[in-house]
Amino acid sequence: MSADNFDVVVIGSGPGGYVAAIRASQLGLKTALIEKGNLGGTCLNVGCIPSKALLHSTEMLHFTKDKAANHGIQVDGVSVDLSQLMKRKDTVVNTLKGGVEMLVTKKGGKIFKGLGVIQSPGTVLVKQEDGEITLQTKHIIIATGSTPIELPFLPYDSETIVSSDQAIAFDSIPEKLAVIGASAIGLELGSVWARLGSEVTIVEYLPKIAPGFDDDICKISERVFKRQGLKFLTATEVTSADSSENKVVLKAQRKGKEVSIEADKVLVAVGRKPNTLNAGIEEAGVKVDEKGRIEIDHHFQSNIPGIYAIGDVVAGPMLAHKAEEEGVAVAEIIAGKAGHVNYDVIPGVIYTDPEIASVGLSEQQAQESGIEVNTGKFNLSANGRAISSDVTEGMVKVIADAKSDKLLGVQILAHNASELIAAAVTHMEYGGSAEDLARTIHAHPTLSESLKEAALAVDGRGLHSI
Amino acid sequence: MAAEVKVPPVGESISTGILAVWHVKEGDRVERDQLLFELETDKITSEGLAEVSGIISIKTEEGEEVDIGQVVAVIEESEVDDEGKAEESEPTSTAKTEAQPEVQEDAPVSPAVRRIAAETGVDPASVEGSGKKGRVTKGDMLEATANSDEKQEMPAAAPTQNVERTSRKKMTGLRSKIADRLVQAQQEAAILTTFNEVDMNAVMRLRKQHQEKFVAKYGHKLGFMSFFVKAVVNALKEVPGVNAQIDGNEIVTNHYYDIGIAVGTEKGLVVPVVRDCDQKSFSGIEGDIIQYAGKAREGKLAIDDLQGGVFTITNGGIYGSMLSTPILNRPQSGILGMHSIQERPMAVNGEVVIRPMMYLALSYDHRLVDGKEAVTFLVKVKEAIEDPTTLLFEI
Ligand SMILES: Cc1cc2nc3c(=O)[nH]c(=O)nc-3n(C[C@H](O)[C@H](O)[C@H](O)COP(=O)(O)OP(=O)(O)OC[C@H]3O[C@@H](n4cnc5c(N)ncnc54)[C@H](O)[C@@H]3O)c2cc1C
Repeated sequence: MSADNFDVVVIGSGPGGYVAAIRASQLGLKTALIEKGNLGGTCLNVGCIPSKALLHSTEMLHFTKDKAANHGIQVDGVSVDLSQLMKRKDTVVNTLKGGVEMLVTKKGGKIFKGLGVIQSPGTVLVKQEDGEITLQTKHIIIATGSTPIELPFLPYDSETIVSSDQAIAFDSIPEKLAVIGASAIGLELGSVWARLGSEVTIVEYLPKIAPGFDDDICKISERVFKRQGLKFLTATEVTSADSSENKVVLKAQRKGKEVSIEADKVLVAVGRKPNTLNAGIEEAGVKVDEKGRIEIDHHFQSNIPGIYAIGDVVAGPMLAHKAEEEGVAVAEIIAGKAGHVNYDVIPGVIYTDPEIASVGLSEQQAQESGIEVNTGKFNLSANGRAISSDVTEGMVKVIADAKSDKLLGVQILAHNASELIAAAVTHMEYGGSAEDLARTIHAHPTLSESLKEAALAVDGRGLHSI
Repeated sequence: MAAEVKVPPVGESISTGILAVWHVKEGDRVERDQLLFELETDKITSEGLAEVSGIISIKTEEGEEVDIGQVVAVIEESEVDDEGKAEESEPTSTAKTEAQPEVQEDAPVSPAVRRIAAETGVDPASVEGSGKKGRVTKGDMLEATANSDEKQEMPAAAPTQNVERTSRKKMTGLRSKIADRLVQAQQEAAILTTFNEVDMNAVMRLRKQHQEKFVAKYGHKLGFMSFFVKAVVNALKEVPGVNAQIDGNEIVTNHYYDIGIAVGTEKGLVVPVVRDCDQKSFSGIEGDIIQYAGKAREGKLAIDDLQGGVFTITNGGIYGSMLSTPILNRPQSGILGMHSIQERPMAVNGEVVIRPMMYLALSYDHRLVDGKEAVTFLVKVKEAIEDPTTLLFEI
């Protein structure tokens, strides 16, 4: 076998691709990982990680400015050094990037920096700055991820009309920021800049923010975020934009009336599209669906045998942990094992403060599927730890099958909801019921007790609620 | 050194069985040749013995289906009299004891499942799980207890409050195989039964007359069975159609006379086969039957003892049956049912006399055996029993 002969070649080093490469190497497959940009993909470089770094820093700021005094902590002259804030974010990213490189190579995978282009089912060309290498391989995994969707009347100019790629790295705090889209990215980055002092208006086409989550949760979060200074225009469709000098005026339709929103910068966060460009995907005859996603079977294999696809470039929620899980599964399947992803229990989180986290169905989704449900709710304002820690905003809602009591969904608006949801995911992974959750001991005092209380409430047995 | 305990082979055609009972507990010290477990297969029950001495660690629970050759336990060998070794083995055995709860809690149940089990008495182990890796969920338990819920409301009216009105346990391997086979026989053959009655006077007289000498010579009694076996062999020779079986679209006729004798055991009916009954003496046949009966009671019949019969005799009479319609023992085409002997008034030569009478039933596969053949066969048996001397001359 020559040096350029592989069992598996992975194109793209995001959480899908690099995890697939690690797992494949672990299973004894000779593996190559090709990356045209930065190791770690969207998630690590311009997505999950940098946004969380910014969210944390600005949360600290928010506490110091608005909450510390109430705790008896006097801090005078609070100011923000934006370049230091961004530098810390970059350090975080670089630390983790080094980690990815180390993990992949330590496990035996070979990293190629360059553009990966499929020549044929068994051949991938790597176009490097200083030349080309041809890799022969038995299996190809496409993990090329996604890119931000552009609005036709509002093309990105990387200065005023921007995507999240730029909104995680502004070099000054915009006075007025308009955000189009009230999903995870819009809410998170809107929060970041609002905390830093921008006047943020978030425009959403649908009638509620955080669409996809349970109505109850959405309603309360909108109230909470408004108190934090965010402005929302829901059920509003942006139709055109006028740019002049350093200003943009968005025109939008709201309940039959035209509204206009003035901003220094516009963050377009209306979703992401699968990235199937420049990797020879179309040329190889790989089929994509009407949304441009690579079509795969239960084994993540495309219509071309030997070519697989995972992550944002295929159907399903565009989430890093979904991509990772698919990366593990596809490597295991290629190695002849039984790889599997349970799509019914993938948690989703919006890292605002409080955070919004959910797994499974909302009450409305269950009803739409014709499932009769019982629900239980618990307000954080009645939780001892929440009161002690000054994080009383939020609610936990548990949705269970009316007949079997099986957990169908859990929705949380709470400080640290992203961590709280894990217990619900575990119960659901094992087919647990609301009663199982209710009868599991949770340490006191913790926020997680509110999960237990909401589960108790499904059966009208709440102990700490009226 | 650890020695694996494997399920021993029991016979050619058997590849799986149910591990019915463990005679030792997890962590027990076992001695070489000690009885470890009982294995139930579709035909027989057999035993697993320890091949070495040491501390046992059990890998398979009672009631589980196991393959022949499967490892069901491991024995950590230890020599008690060799000090060095005994010391060496000690940490291993403590390690084993520590591991014990893990083995027992192999299938942990969720808190809600536990609650329902405690309240209803339904054992989660008896419920089919729909959760991850077959775990039982609360929904599964609710479904399983749905029927018993209805029952729960009834005891208020019923006086027998604490008495379970039904109880459940897993079918043994033998019982479920018996069930399958009987249904299969009913479905695949065209079973018809013909009846007759037989005067047992002559046989009883002969037995009385020769019993003492017979016992003195052979060490066992002269029973009824040898007469019936001989009578059946005689009838099979006269009506060879009954000694045949269907194989696909071919008819296979047997030219040998291996007769199965149904024997009731605690676990169910088994049918050991007495070989070449045409060539055996009365005492040879009686001897074989007695030996088989002993083995059957102890659960020690080998698979070879049960295979290859051409015809079966079953005696419901020992339980007091007056009349019955036996089911064929596939792929055989005939089975003779014997019944209880009763004194009945019979008309003989125009006079009413009291005679010890037995009803006989012959079930046969009507696809292969015509009514005339079946009736003739049974009449032949009747004649031979009523006048055993005909057996002497094979007429
Ligand atoms: C601002 C933001 C915040 C987010 N926050 C979260 C979060 O908190 N939690 C979460 O779960 N998800 C989050 N996401 C989504 C998450 O980043 C994606 O779901 C995830 O990165 C998808 O992983 P992937 O491996 O499929 O693709 P990507 O991470 O997009 O990686 C694809 C990689 O492939 C490379 N590539 C593409 N084509 C080629 C080629 N031809 N040759 C070589 N390399 C190529 C790209 O350069 C890229 O590095 C966020 C996204 C954004 C934008």
